[in-house]
Amino acid sequence: MKTILSGLLGGLASVLLASAHGQELAPDVLVKNVTTEVVELITKDKEIASGNRAKLIQVIEARVLPHFNFGSMTALAMGQSWNKATPEQKKRLTEEFKTLLVRTYASALAAYSQQRFDFRPLRARPTDTDVTVNVRVIQSGAQPVPIDYSMEKTASGWKVYDVMVGGVSLVANYRTEFSATVREVGIDGLIKNLQAKNRSFDAAPPAEKK
Amino acid sequence: MRFLRSLPVVALLAAGCAATGEGDPRDPLEPMNRAVFRFNDAVDEAVAKPVATAYRDVLHEEIRNRVRNFFSNLGDPWIGANDVLQGKFFDGFESGMRFVFNSTIGLFGLHDVASDMGIEKRNEDFGQTLGRWGLGEGPYLVLPFLSSSTLRDTAGWGVDFTFGDPVGEFRPINLRNSAYLLRLVNTRAELLDASRILEQAALDKYVFQRDAYLQRRRNLVYDGSPPREPRSRDEEPAEEPAKEPAKEPAKEPAKEPAKAQ
Repeated sequence: MKTILSGLLGGLASVLLASAHGQELAPDVLVKNVTTEVVELITKDKEIASGNRAKLIQVIEARVLPHFNFGSMTALAMGQSWNKATPEQKKRLTEEFKTLLVRTYASALAAYSQQRFDFRPLRARPTDTDVTVNVRVIQSGAQPVPIDYSMEKTASGWKVYDVMVGGVSLVANYRTEFSATVREVGIDGLIKNLQAKNRSFDAAPPAEKK
Repeated sequence: MRFLRSLPVVALLAAGCAATGEGDPRDPLEPMNRAVFRFNDAVDEAVAKPVATAYRDVLHEEIRNRVRNFFSNLGDPWIGANDVLQGKFFDGFESGMRFVFNSTIGLFGLHDVASDMGIEKRNEDFGQTLGRWGLGEGPYLVLPFLSSSTLRDTAGWGVDFTFGDPVGEFRPINLRNSAYLLRLVNTRAELLDASRILEQAALDKYVFQRDAYLQRRRNLVYDGSPPREPRSRDEEPAEEPAKEPAKEPAKEPAKEPAKAQ
């Protein structure tokens, strides 16, 4: 009886502790909460469902963005060139890369239709500061598509620094593109290319589903 | 079959142009590949994409899912065979069971009841089997109409197509050809979203698609758990992930490019 009680109390204490440190949600719980929340939002919102892109981007900026570490992502995608960039260049690179990723993410979400998510249990030690959270998207007649979030622990909670879809790392994919561009036209050239890319969305938003 | 005979030519081309400038070492044929890529893109824009878009707009999602399930089911025995060739006997057995359940209870594969029962679809082909056996991927190739591949995967695809594709056995020939066409259109329709995302994400579509393909294939050869590349801020994937506690060292394919003859 005593052990059960102390177990209960211990459990209660840890729950209280967890809620006291609001941002210290476990990384897998965080991913699950945010995914569930966003999917519910976009499927219930009639405007988003009928292709209102601006609103979809608003949702992403409010709910998803805070959990990404774009500084880390940009640094990783830049590879060696990152150290050669000035603080001003770094800032602009991060900003443009963020915009590009948010828009890409918006098109990926716009393609969502009724797939189920399977949130895998986290395999990590409590002391780990760099973990991978595995989610799988399930669809009949097809192999489940794994989405792996690489996350690091920061002062303001767990942040995503890379996303792997079906084994394809977004950051690694951009690294080749970025390094080739930097070799050809330099860091300022890359910033210009990113800007042009981002502006081309504004000019002609690609046709949405439906 | 005709295709297999053309393989040596491809290999020759590969060897011939192997030494070009400072491009990506995995893609020594980049100029030729880019030309084929442009050709494929033009064909896609002009024919494949419009047809696939119309197909998706006309047919209800439910019906398209049946089409996918039907062809997916026909692929399962060959997937199982490749599992066995790679020594994954239980996976092979499961893929076989998928075929049995889906062909019967699932009405000729129209319903993927096996997935509902928790028997998952696998992704295997002969190119992956060759990779598992230790064959390196060889140079990256963009094939006319078929798009991204590598020398190894091209050979693998030849074997898949010749021995592992039941649709090739469909008779009369008209029926076979219609089935090929339907499968092609359905596949392209399913990739409409992905290609739109690619369009938006990439600064250079060619490079983005190439890297995604190579990463994806590597991931598939290792069944989703390739040795993790260390998180480093310096350059390229050149460094070998040696330190990682390899879970199943015995099964791991030999290093990187083991000279794809």
